[in-house]
Amino acid sequence: MKLKYALIPTCVLVTLLSLSKWVAARPAGDSASLKGTVKFEGPAPKPVRIDMSQDPICAKAHSTAATTEDIFVGADGGLANVVIYISDGLAASTFQPPQQPVVLEQKGCQYKPHVLAMQANQKLSVVNDDGTTHNIHPTPNNNREWNMSQPPGVPLEQTFARAEVAVPVKCNVHPWMKGYIAVFKHPYFAVTDKNGGFELKDLPPGTYTITAWQEKLGTQIQKVTVAAGEAKTLDFAFKQ
Amino acid sequence: MRMKLEWAGTAVILVSIFVSIVGSVTGSAQESHVGKLIGNAKRGKALYERYCIFCHGPYGDGRGESAPYLDPKPRDFTKAVFKCRSTPSGSLPLDSDLYDTISRGVHASGMPSWKPLLRQERVDLVAYIKSFSSAFEEEKPGTPVQIPPEPPSSPDSIKRGAELFQSMNCWSCHGKDGRGYGPSAATLTDSRGYPITPFDFTSGTRFKCGDSDQGMFRVLVTGLDGTPMPSFETAMTPDQRWDVVHYIRSLHTSKNKHTQVKPEVKNETQGQ
Repeated sequence: MKLKYALIPTCVLVTLLSLSKWVAARPAGDSASLKGTVKFEGPAPKPVRIDMSQDPICAKAHSTAATTEDIFVGADGGLANVVIYISDGLAASTFQPPQQPVVLEQKGCQYKPHVLAMQANQKLSVVNDDGTTHNIHPTPNNNREWNMSQPPGVPLEQTFARAEVAVPVKCNVHPWMKGYIAVFKHPYFAVTDKNGGFELKDLPPGTYTITAWQEKLGTQIQKVTVAAGEAKTLDFAFKQ
Repeated sequence: MRMKLEWAGTAVILVSIFVSIVGSVTGSAQESHVGKLIGNAKRGKALYERYCIFCHGPYGDGRGESAPYLDPKPRDFTKAVFKCRSTPSGSLPLDSDLYDTISRGVHASGMPSWKPLLRQERVDLVAYIKSFSSAFEEEKPGTPVQIPPEPPSSPDSIKRGAELFQSMNCWSCHGKDGRGYGPSAATLTDSRGYPITPFDFTSGTRFKCGDSDQGMFRVLVTGLDGTPMPSFETAMTPDQRWDVVHYIRSLHTSKNKHTQVKPEVKNETQGQ
């Protein structure tokens, strides 16, 4: 009789314990960081003009002609819109997505930012700043495909459940609109700024494989070991 | 003796809990439910290999022997992305949505109506089709969209619909005159990269996901996943969607009027 009552709480405890291993906390304290630059080697390709004449609202939003952003080389040969992330080496643990949503803007009939990185199940807030209706259409491999029309000023919130580098995003109404959303199950990622700079913060000490992903130029990997409290430099270089 | 009985009792309870947990996760993929009918994937497999395999292929990936000759291409069931749903964009369809597509067929494609099969057989096929993708084990279908009663069509409603056709950029693909030759039309592809043509509203051709006004309204809410047709769920109010439905109906040219089918055709599964 007593055994029966003992058995049930034991079962519950075992279940709880097995669950708790999935809810690991982010390590605090002596965290390391990785800082660096991604360069583009050789002469920068000339940006291509985009013809937006089919939608006058888009065309009028630009005083000088809009250009493609698939290879954006900034000052000193820095390569923008490269996703830098830990692809291997993290202990198996689950990270809660941040409360704060990431924002993808449609401005001048282009995506701002052109490449966005976020955590799985984090909220993605899509904003339409243009005077025309867009449709936002991600075409993922590892996530559910959705496709939502968005007139000016109407808010839109979505999520991606699984990690994927990177989900292509397009607008079928304005065929030149293309962007990417990189989705991670951990928070250790960055997208290079217009000068190619990036920083990965709050890394737990360890040996990692760091991957740099560029939409046209492919991926590069480097192995790096960081000690507690260390601030290391890591550079990448892409060429066409 | 009494002790042993209690042990046995506890064991039975634990086993039944375990079975119900496992069952709730895996059971849905092996079974389908449409109305009171329960489909069985094993029976569905035999039917699939007899009727569907030539186009959809042995692995359900849409690469059957006839697939190279078909346009649009047969559905790839491994992706679990379906055009005709009653659920929001990005969510899995209901079993009854797949059943309705099998029953209705898809106009202007190689997919015929499978009404000659027994209802039970069609439900069995749904169960087997779902087994090609793990998505049906991992996720639940979305909440079906509500279709409010349709207000009567009127010149005012059609006029408002025409304005929405402009402001929602429907014309970018479907063209200013609804013939499917909008400025973006030539750039469109489906999610597998094959060129796809926007619908010609003047053609009198039947709509892919049902011919009723309700069916058109539903497509405006759900979009056609895997194609460039987006969901207007948050973009338009229900009244606005009815205006667009009325406007699209008005685009049928008079010479095609005879092909227009009666609206209000209800799906077989409705009301069950």
